[in-house]
Amino acid sequence: MFASTLTDAVRLLATFDHRVAEIVGLSLQVSGGAVVLGTLIGLPLGASIAVGRFPGKAGVSVLINALMGLPSVVVGVVVYLLLSRSGPFGAFGLLYTPLAMVAAQTLLVVPLMAAIARQVVEDAWQRYAEELQVMRFTWWQSVSTLLHDCRHSLLVAVLAGLGRAMSEVGAVMIVGGNIDRATRVMTTAIALETSKGDLPLAIALGIVLIVLILALNAVAFGLRHWAMRRYG
Amino acid sequence: MAHELLKRIRVAVLGVVLAGAAQVATCAESIVLASTTSTEQSGLFGHILPIFEKTSGISVKVVALGTGQALDVGRRGDADALLVHDRAAEDKFVAEGYGSYRRDVMYNDFVVVGPTADPAAVKASSDTSDAFRRIAGKGATFISRADKSGTHAAELRFWKAAAIEPVGQFWYKEAGTGMGPTLNMAAGVDAYTLSDRGTWANFKNRQNLAILYAGDPKLFNPYGAILVNPDRHPHVKKAAAERFIDWLTSDAGREAIASYRIGGEQLFFPSPR
Repeated sequence: MFASTLTDAVRLLATFDHRVAEIVGLSLQVSGGAVVLGTLIGLPLGASIAVGRFPGKAGVSVLINALMGLPSVVVGVVVYLLLSRSGPFGAFGLLYTPLAMVAAQTLLVVPLMAAIARQVVEDAWQRYAEELQVMRFTWWQSVSTLLHDCRHSLLVAVLAGLGRAMSEVGAVMIVGGNIDRATRVMTTAIALETSKGDLPLAIALGIVLIVLILALNAVAFGLRHWAMRRYG
Repeated sequence: MAHELLKRIRVAVLGVVLAGAAQVATCAESIVLASTTSTEQSGLFGHILPIFEKTSGISVKVVALGTGQALDVGRRGDADALLVHDRAAEDKFVAEGYGSYRRDVMYNDFVVVGPTADPAAVKASSDTSDAFRRIAGKGATFISRADKSGTHAAELRFWKAAAIEPVGQFWYKEAGTGMGPTLNMAAGVDAYTLSDRGTWANFKNRQNLAILYAGDPKLFNPYGAILVNPDRHPHVKKAAAERFIDWLTSDAGREAIASYRIGGEQLFFPSPR
């Protein structure tokens, strides 16, 4: 049973059609958008917590670490209630659109990326704190300098965010609605095909998703090496 | 230098995201239809919606949920129209003012599905109540949708008609999931379950499962279309949603519904006028 499912899956991949390409494209747009927003919000947030000295810092660090385990389905329900026509942001009509999916995935990846950034930057901060203080850097200068110095290590935070966004199904299913040709992404398509009992197609789409994430990671790895050689 | 590279990457990625957003914003007129997993997973929408979209230029975005959840989405104003199958709940929805009206669209039937070995001898049932009594009497595993869907509501009616209280019995498993996942579970453990014929006909992971009982008039499964009340939710796209409901019940729509077949078998029948 399992072996025949796998061979069926490989055969389906050979007949890779444009519908699958559309779904892959939307997955990349939605998760890519969430990771860009997550990078712009999560990394400075994590670095600020690492550098800042404020009461309750340990508590905030624990909280942001814990939020890495935020269940995607909970985020889905919360964003649904916010964007629903009967909710506070209902007037914008964003529910069941890709923008709603980007919003939900951003909420999911921000804590994850901030938590990793906090750890990476804190380790660097402990090494350079004295120098930066001697140079009379302001708080923001310290944050941006450390983010810049740690950029190669922080790539892991970006990749972790990308992995989480691409692989989650709970949030996009609820706020996107898995609408054909509108909000269907890789994971919701896999869930739908599993529901139909079409396990070979579900596995085939799963293979596409894994290969895609692998390829994105390979590109990031290559870019990092190229950038390190070229720009140091 | 590295700063510049990062900046360039960021600008490029942002461009892609904004292009995607713009694409979404400029699409043609569309309505959101909250419907049931049975209509989506049976493949019916894939067959009839392109026909409607071609003639009307209105694209129909289907969110497939259980009937209870679909009604809830309508109550919140997150859909323009509904196509669901739980008559009692539908009438209540309209009576409470959440829907403007309800129209009969089509019907098919429920089927009792189980392992071909049929330990509870459901095949020999005289009617639906008898089939359910046989499953309970044998203590054969039965998987319930338990998700407030139309099929779940029908199943509970059948247990009641058979004078059996299944909830809490060792053989009664409440899955809390859609029709397809429930069939996957039944196939995995050789259990009995109640399915709508459409989902069953399009379901591929059958393993040992087969239809063991069908044909009782009580297994009638009617689908109705409801317009979400624009008086309560002013953003409802009334004209486009009404055009869709009118089309579903027109000769063209009835023909489209009747022409959907899997392996030569007709899955949905337009409601008699």
